[in-house]
Amino acid sequence: MPLLDIKNLSVEFTTRAGTFRAVDGIDLTVDEGEVVGIVGESGSGKSVTSLAVMGLLGSNGKVVADRMMFGGKDLLTMPPAQRRAITGKDVAMVFQEPMTSLNPCFTVGFQIMETLRVHEGLSGKALRNRAIALLEQVGIPAPETRLSAFPHQLSGGMSQRVMIAIAIACNPRLLVADEPTTALDVTIQKQILDLLVRLQKERGMALILITHDMGVVAETAQRVVVMYAGQVAETRPVADLFERPRHPYTGALLDALPERALGKRRLPTIPGMVPGIADRPSGCLFSPRCRFADDRCRAERPALFDVDNGKARCFYPLPDTYSGGLAAAEGAI
Amino acid sequence: MNTDTMRAAPDRAADRSIVLEARDLRKHYAVKRGVFKPMATVKALDGVSFQLQAGRTLAVVGESGCGKSTLARSVTMIEPPSAGVLCYDGRDVVGRSASEMKDLRRTVQMVFQNPYGSLNPRKTVGSILTEPLVINTDMGKDERRARAVAMMGKVGLRPDQVDRYPHMFSGGQRQRIAIARALMLNPRVVVADEPVSALDVSIQAQVLNLMMDLQEELNLAYLFISHDLSVVRHIADAIMVMYLGKPVEHGAKDVVFARPRHPYTRILLAATPRVNPSLRLERVLPKGELPSPLNPPPGCSFHKRCPHATERCAAEVPALRPVDDRLVACHYAEQMN
Repeated sequence: MPLLDIKNLSVEFTTRAGTFRAVDGIDLTVDEGEVVGIVGESGSGKSVTSLAVMGLLGSNGKVVADRMMFGGKDLLTMPPAQRRAITGKDVAMVFQEPMTSLNPCFTVGFQIMETLRVHEGLSGKALRNRAIALLEQVGIPAPETRLSAFPHQLSGGMSQRVMIAIAIACNPRLLVADEPTTALDVTIQKQILDLLVRLQKERGMALILITHDMGVVAETAQRVVVMYAGQVAETRPVADLFERPRHPYTGALLDALPERALGKRRLPTIPGMVPGIADRPSGCLFSPRCRFADDRCRAERPALFDVDNGKARCFYPLPDTYSGGLAAAEGAI
Repeated sequence: MNTDTMRAAPDRAADRSIVLEARDLRKHYAVKRGVFKPMATVKALDGVSFQLQAGRTLAVVGESGCGKSTLARSVTMIEPPSAGVLCYDGRDVVGRSASEMKDLRRTVQMVFQNPYGSLNPRKTVGSILTEPLVINTDMGKDERRARAVAMMGKVGLRPDQVDRYPHMFSGGQRQRIAIARALMLNPRVVVADEPVSALDVSIQAQVLNLMMDLQEELNLAYLFISHDLSVVRHIADAIMVMYLGKPVEHGAKDVVFARPRHPYTRILLAATPRVNPSLRLERVLPKGELPSPLNPPPGCSFHKRCPHATERCAAEVPALRPVDDRLVACHYAEQMN
């Protein structure tokens, strides 16, 4: 049984312009100890999905799902108090902007110990020692002195390490990291990703890594979910997805990477924009931007069909011969 | 007035003259550390030299705090450099009169990182684009508007969108507006400070294509500031890697990427996430973080994070010297293979 099992999850927001469906019937399963990457452009619903899993959506976000199970417990019917006991303990989250996610009014030590106090009932010396041990694990030098530091005294990379320390404080079974390195420099990004992977391996925890950076997913995840306009476009193991994309959107995204330009001056682009609240097409959501779309695509919504080792939401999955294969990439950095 | 600058563009084609030259550019800031402590100096830029040819792109690469943005502010004359020489078309910027400065400033324009913050939300696209003309030229109202509409076409926006406000555009379109605004005065140099890092991959590709098309058409010189080496590899002709205000490696793109000679360049390359597993380099994890620019380490400023550092690195500042067709500031550049 998977650790996290979500079937047909939708999230709707009520706005003045009408109801907007940010997440539109997605299925997501995560096994114990698995690293799942969720990629997509802004507005594809990846962050909203993670907030729905965490139960952190505001009151205007309506969550509907056929099934939403975590570790055998039903998150949908669970009383709020019980849900809160899980959030931050068994499921923890690392947010995008480390500089703004920490409370500037409290010391780093206080913010780490708060989690431990609430969820594990620790106090006194034991609490302090756990906090120091956590800071050590996430690679912060001189952890004893850092406990009394305020967030503004830390660099971006250090703040993100503190955020990770808070997230792993109660040994979560699932860690959701929403763009954990987007605000950081590449060398610091590498350090943080390596840290997350190391912790994931050591603790056998599952990791959902949400990002827009294809390179980060390719290097970190085992399985990838590509989202487009609130739906899952394709979900495959990482090697299959990047070597032989099946959904035209995945293919187009990969082609647009400068890394794959292969010396060509012009980068292939995807025309148009992600459909918004008013212009969702009646057929396949990607059909207006897809160069392979035909009348059937414009009229009928494709389901998630089985493809090799995964699923793709397309009537005409890309063949193995689709250009943009990795073999030709010699000479790229 | 409107036609002569427009007509000047084709004549510039294939002209590879040096439009911008910086020699030993420095920018030091004095910062207070406390009531009883002496003032400290931050050397945000500490001896940067480069030449930029028309129609070419120089990419400046480095982490936050390396002086990339200070370089952009100095080059665009937003802030005067503390020391060093800055020449546009062979004309030194220092010691110019106010009217000459105004003239010089038109030759260099800037595109900022965040298109959500760099456009005034209370102005229409039309007034954003015509403002540089109002300030710098004596064109009439209709003429200015015609120029704005023509420029919108050039950057791939529909002319009927001229009366819209920035919030009605997507991120990629806003960056097109920002590029259009930078080009309104027919500059010869465009300083682009992380112009695509706030954009999604597919939009990033569109904006990069646009920038390269415009460069070809108008023979623009780009000073392209970025932290993304795969973008840099695609767009740049030359690359300058900076660390703590100093260039550590500077040379033609192909030379530097094919065989980086400075350990920091190698680490940056290894840290760039790759989609293609066969392109991933051996993981050289950089140790620690950028040291405080208030208190840089003695010797080579990179030695505390460098996997190859020796005692000599801690004692002696490496000079920027030519090695293997590029400039490197490392004592052991020859051994880096």
